[in-house]
Amino acid sequence: MASFLHGLRAYAKGFATTLGSAFKKPITVQYPEYKTPVQTRFRGKHMLMRYDNGLERCIGCSLCAIFCPAQAIYVEAAENTDDNRRSPGERYAERYEINMIRCIYCGYCQEACPTEAIVLGHEYAFSDYTREALIYTKDMLLVPDPRKATVGAGAD
Amino acid sequence: MTGGDIIEAVVKSLIIIVALLTAFAYMTLYERRILGRMQLRSGPNRVGPAGLLQPVADGVKLAFKQAITPRGVDKPLYLLAPAISVVTALSAFAVIPVGPTYNIFGRAIPFHLADFNVGLLFVLAMGSLGAYGIVLAGYASNNKYSLLGGLRAAAQLISYELALGLSLVGILMISGSLSLTAIVEGQARGLWYILVQPLAFVIYLISAIAETNRAPFDLVEAEQELVGGYHTEYTGLRFALFFMAEYINMVTVSALAATLFLGGWHGPFDLLSGPWWLLAKIILILTLYVVLRATLPRLRYDQLMRLGWHWLLPLALLNVVLTAIGITLLQ
Repeated sequence: MASFLHGLRAYAKGFATTLGSAFKKPITVQYPEYKTPVQTRFRGKHMLMRYDNGLERCIGCSLCAIFCPAQAIYVEAAENTDDNRRSPGERYAERYEINMIRCIYCGYCQEACPTEAIVLGHEYAFSDYTREALIYTKDMLLVPDPRKATVGAGAD
Repeated sequence: MTGGDIIEAVVKSLIIIVALLTAFAYMTLYERRILGRMQLRSGPNRVGPAGLLQPVADGVKLAFKQAITPRGVDKPLYLLAPAISVVTALSAFAVIPVGPTYNIFGRAIPFHLADFNVGLLFVLAMGSLGAYGIVLAGYASNNKYSLLGGLRAAAQLISYELALGLSLVGILMISGSLSLTAIVEGQARGLWYILVQPLAFVIYLISAIAETNRAPFDLVEAEQELVGGYHTEYTGLRFALFFMAEYINMVTVSALAATLFLGGWHGPFDLLSGPWWLLAKIILILTLYVVLRATLPRLRYDQLMRLGWHWLLPLALLNVVLTAIGITLLQ
């Protein structure tokens, strides 16, 4: 008899839980319309940063590519000349490619970078239909020039 | 039988079939929405306003799936099994009285397809025949999980059919008729039978859930142990047919419960006319189904058997005895 009552109590508790939950507000976030904010240190899509005067921070040293555990980064450097000055250092990145589906978003590139040129941003929704389309080139990663930028554009 | 009678019967059959298929489609949505809310989710709400077109999307998807016939199946039985399930599920509803007799187009039209004097027996018989669909599907699929599911269906049917039938005997003793229309009218004159036979109502509900293989008695398709049970080897529309049968059986069983215990199409006040009262009662019982599924874990096989034979069957017999004593004392 005691076990029978115990069982009844358990049933009552179960039904109270389900029926109670039915009248609570669902905790679902309706994703495409509402997005939960990411943490400040969230590691999403990479950005190649610039100095305030518009020069690229990247000096083409390839340290990011060396540190990358997934070998997702490819850097090809070129010399800066006086008529074509892209970065304050001797060299700049002629080509800079990241394979976004090889990348494991560990942030080691960001830590290895001596000039804080590569930063992992907050964007995370960039799926595509082909593998080729997900190899991001320098112009896709580089943030816009702050001197030329219109209001509201640029990195966050 | 005149031509008018035949037209009337055909039209009524079509209405019943269409209504049951719609009920099946929207029962799936209703169940998923309620289950979602009970798990603090919102359930499917993307297709159409509030997800109302979700059943259409599901149907289209299933229709375009490849119909796979695995090697080594017993082909005639394999193809016949889903048909048996659906046909028996659909035909069981024929004897349920949906409303009183209305005058439409100058004809007195009774709102039930058939009212034979063994109506209740017919519903129970169709319910038992429906189990053949499941057993044959399990047998013909050439898959050990399907076979186990089919065997469980047979065992479950035998254990719960007894309690189900006996729980209704009390009602038959009071109403003195097997015709569902007569039973509804009997309740309209006096009390609803749930007040006279509360024990029978509980036994009926539990057995009915077991009969329709719904949670927590869904051992027949227990995903975690039997993959999908009897419908493991079915795809596309054939699979959909089993689903259809299961949900239509739920609706029929709920309609029967409403008819036998909750006064059928009669309501305490005349705000809603007959069929709407019945619909409201059916939805109430279907909601109970969903709440049970959300709350209770599946019974183990031996627990299922013990519940059937050690509890429900003796209680149903006790109910018959008590009813007999009651009737004798009141006379």
